Amino acid sequence: MDLIIFLICSVIAVACGINLVLQKHPISAALSLVGVMGSLAVLYLLLGGAFIAAAQIIVYAGAVMVLFIFVIMLLNAGAEPAGRKRSYARLFGPPLLAIFVLLIAYAIQARLPRSEGVQFGRFTGGSPEGIGIKVFTDYLLPFEVVSVLILIAILGAIVLAHKEIR
Amino acid sequence: MQANSVPLSWYLLLSAILFALGVAGFIWRRNIITVFMSIELMLNAVNLSFVAFSYQLRQADGHIFSLFVMVVAAAEAAVGLAIILTVFKNRQTLEIDEVESMKY
Repeated sequence: MDLIIFLICSVIAVACGINLVLQKHPISAALSLVGVMGSLAVLYLLLGGAFIAAAQIIVYAGAVMVLFIFVIMLLNAGAEPAGRKRSYARLFGPPLLAIFVLLIAYAIQARLPRSEGVQFGRFTGGSPEGIGIKVFTDYLLPFEVVSVLILIAILGAIVLAHKEIR
Repeated sequence: MQANSVPLSWYLLLSAILFALGVAGFIWRRNIITVFMSIELMLNAVNLSFVAFSYQLRQADGHIFSLFVMVVAAAEAAVGLAIILTVFKNRQTLEIDEVESMKY
């Protein structure tokens, strides 16, 4: 059962990722990204991360993607026109990326110690309780610093996007 | 290894593939919003690695890291989209090739 769910979700994630790269219209790309995030949330659940799966749906698929779609609608962004120039990055990018993935696959196979596979329910440290205990004991300082970061980001977004009154 | 379980390396491989797709979108797409979405895809791929390693080590630390990555990504999305709004207001374009005044 774990294997079937993993295969379904990973196929959906990779297909949506490919679609994100191929789509010319930003709205289609945004929808593909929501697909990737949803299937990744299911994978987090399989890995025992109940809290992080919920946060993935709420923060990423909810808040961040709504922000993206707001901006796409606001700017009336259409499909991008056909390409004019071919840069070196676009020429050499795909083969180099394929080599990158193959190298990582080799490194994973060669270096990762043999262990039993991932089974649902064997690790429950990612429950909201476990995460809460970690955040408020070991990671209290980073947690507080991150709140300051969010505040700065809010101020920066307001300063950048506000309309000049003259 | 039991028949029902999934090898950890598959999760890491999926993470690598998604990261590579994010890089491909970053390189290929010329709409600045889609480029930004590719960055989010890369962050998501890294999160999957964090959570997978967290399972392997039986510690919740990886979950905390990916939580922080999510927070930083949300902050980055807010500021980045505000920058995109400003660029569009000043130049009336979303093509990254047309925004090149800092290049030369």
